[in-house]
Amino acid sequence: MEKDITILGLESSCDETAASVVVNGRTLLSNEISSQIDIHTLYGGVVPEIASRKHVERVNQVIEKALSDAGKTLDDLDGIAVTYGPGLVGALLVGVSAAKAIAWARGIPLIGVHHIEGHISANFLAYPELEPPFICLVVSGGHTHLVIVRDYGEYEILGRTEDDAAGEAFDKVARAVGLGYPGGPKIDKAAREGNPLAIPFPQGKVRGNAYDFSFSGLKSSVLNYLNTEQMAGREVNVPNLAASFQKAVVDVLVGHAMEAVDTYHYQKFAIAGGVASNSALRAAAKEACEKRGVGFYCPPPILCTDNGAMIACAGYYEFMKGTRSGWDLNAVPNLALGSR
Amino acid sequence: MKILAIEASGPVAGCALTDGGKLIGEFEINNKKTHSQTLLPMMDDLKNRAGCDLESLDAIAITKGPGSFTGLRIGAATAKGVALALQLPIIPVPTVDALAFNLYGTPALVCPIMDARRQQVYTGIYEEEATPVTLRGQCAIPIADLIADLNERGRAVIFLGDGVPVYRTVLDEELTVPHSFAPSHLSLQRAATVAALAEYLVERDGEKAMVSADDFRPEYLRKSQAERQMEEAAGAGEMDALAAGRLVKDRKAKNESLPGDAR
Repeated sequence: MEKDITILGLESSCDETAASVVVNGRTLLSNEISSQIDIHTLYGGVVPEIASRKHVERVNQVIEKALSDAGKTLDDLDGIAVTYGPGLVGALLVGVSAAKAIAWARGIPLIGVHHIEGHISANFLAYPELEPPFICLVVSGGHTHLVIVRDYGEYEILGRTEDDAAGEAFDKVARAVGLGYPGGPKIDKAAREGNPLAIPFPQGKVRGNAYDFSFSGLKSSVLNYLNTEQMAGREVNVPNLAASFQKAVVDVLVGHAMEAVDTYHYQKFAIAGGVASNSALRAAAKEACEKRGVGFYCPPPILCTDNGAMIACAGYYEFMKGTRSGWDLNAVPNLALGSR
Repeated sequence: MKILAIEASGPVAGCALTDGGKLIGEFEINNKKTHSQTLLPMMDDLKNRAGCDLESLDAIAITKGPGSFTGLRIGAATAKGVALALQLPIIPVPTVDALAFNLYGTPALVCPIMDARRQQVYTGIYEEEATPVTLRGQCAIPIADLIADLNERGRAVIFLGDGVPVYRTVLDEELTVPHSFAPSHLSLQRAATVAALAEYLVERDGEKAMVSADDFRPEYLRKSQAERQMEEAAGAGEMDALAAGRLVKDRKAKNESLPGDAR
C-alpha cells in the first residue's frame, strides 16, 4: 500500500475564506468555510476591498481550524494547494501569500490551482467512484463554462458565456425585483411558489458557437417586463417572475449541456459551482440525464459553494503529476482554464 | 533576539534578518514587479545566503500600515503565514514611524510623507535625535494641514518618503521653516529599519510590542470607499438603496488602489 498523500487546500478568490484537508484527493477530513456574506449583503454584492480585508483577518484561524478538525498538523502535509485564479486579485493575493509563506517556512511543496478546476473536482469528493472522462457544466457567480473533462487536469472548453455569468444574472434580476443579495438562493426560494410558464422569457441565443451562453438579453427582457408592468400600473407577481426567469436560465443551461452529451456520447454528466446548488437546475439536469440513461453527478451544496476541499482535491491530482509552484507564484485574476 | 523583518507597504519589497541588533542580511527591490512575485523569493534567498535556520527565529517584524492596501495585505498574509508555520509572534511596526527611524540621529524634525492620493498624505512628525519621540502620530491628512502644523512648530524639518516627488514643489513654496529632503538611499521603506525599530519597541515595551499571528491585521488608516459610502447611506437613511446595489459602483471593478498598488 502506497503512502497516503495529505493536501491542505486554501481558497480566497471571492468572499469565502476556506481551508480543508483532503487525503488522496478523495477523502475529506475537514472543510472550514468562513463566509463574508453578511457584510456584502449590506452592499447588495461583493465589495472587493472589503473582501480582501476580511480574508486577512480570518486566514490563519480558518487554516488552523481545518487542520485541527482533520486531526492533522503541518507536519502531516505533503502539499499545500491554493487558488491563484481566476477571481478578485486582492482576495486571491491573501490566500496565495499565506499559502506560499506556510509552505516556504515548513518546506512543504506548493501547488497553484485553477478555481474552476477546483469546482469541477468537487465531484470527485462527492462521488469516490467518478473518473474522467465526463462533461461538466460549471456555473457560478463569476463563471459559466461547458467543459469536457478528458482526464484529471485536462479540459476542453466547449462553451462559455459571452457576457454575464449565470449567477450574475440571478443577482441582477433578484436586485431588480427587490429580493436582494445573494440572488441565486433568493430566486430559487421565490420560484418555488411561482408558475414557471407564467411569463415567456426568451432563451439566450448566441451567434457562432452553439455551446456558448448569453444571459444579458434575458436579463434585459426581465427588466423590460418589469418596466412595462410598472408603466401599466400592474403589480408584478414576484414568484411567477422568479420561476419564469429561472426556467429560462435552466432551459438554456441544460439544453446546451445535453446537446454536448448527445453529440460527444459521454455517459457521465456533472454540474459544479455555486449555481449548481439551484434546485431547478439540479432537477432538470437529473431528469434529462435519466431520460438518456446518462449518469448524473452533482456535489452537495457545501461542495458547490467556494471551498478549500475542492482546491485540495484538484491540487492532489496536480501534485501526483509532479506540478509544483515557485515562491514567485502570483495571483492571476483572469487565469484561463487549462493554462499553467 | 533573532528577527525576520518584512516590508511591503509601499513601492519597495524587502526583507531583513537581524540577530541581537546585528544586521545579518537585507534584500530590497523597487521595480515594477508585484511584491507577490518578489517578496518570498527574496526571503528564500536571504535565508539560504545567510544560512539561517528558520527554527531559530524569535519573531517576525512587519510594517503594519499605512500604505498600499494590496501591498500591506501581501506583507501581512506572508508574515502571518510564516508566523503560523513557525509559531512565532509578530512585531507590528507603524509604517511612518519606521520611515522616520531611517533618519535616526538627526537634530531636525523628521517628517515622512507617503502619497495617499486625493491631496492627502500618510504622515507623522518625529524627533529622532536621542530616543525616537512621536510628536504627531501617523495619520492621513491633507498636505495643507501638514504644512500648517510644521510652520507652527517653527523648527527645521527633513522630509522623506514616496510623497516627496509628488509634493516637493508645494512644500518648497509654502513652508516658512528651513527644510530639506533625505537622500534617495534613505528616503523609502527599508526592511533593516523595520527590524531595528521592532527590536527597539520590544526593548521598550516588552511583550506588549508583539501580537499573535492570528490577531495581526494591517492598519490602513483609511476606510474603504464602500465603507465610506455605507456611512453616508446610513446618515441619509438610504441603507435600502445601498443593499439594492444602487450606491456601490465599483463592485466588479478593480480593487481600490493607491500608488504602488498591485505591487
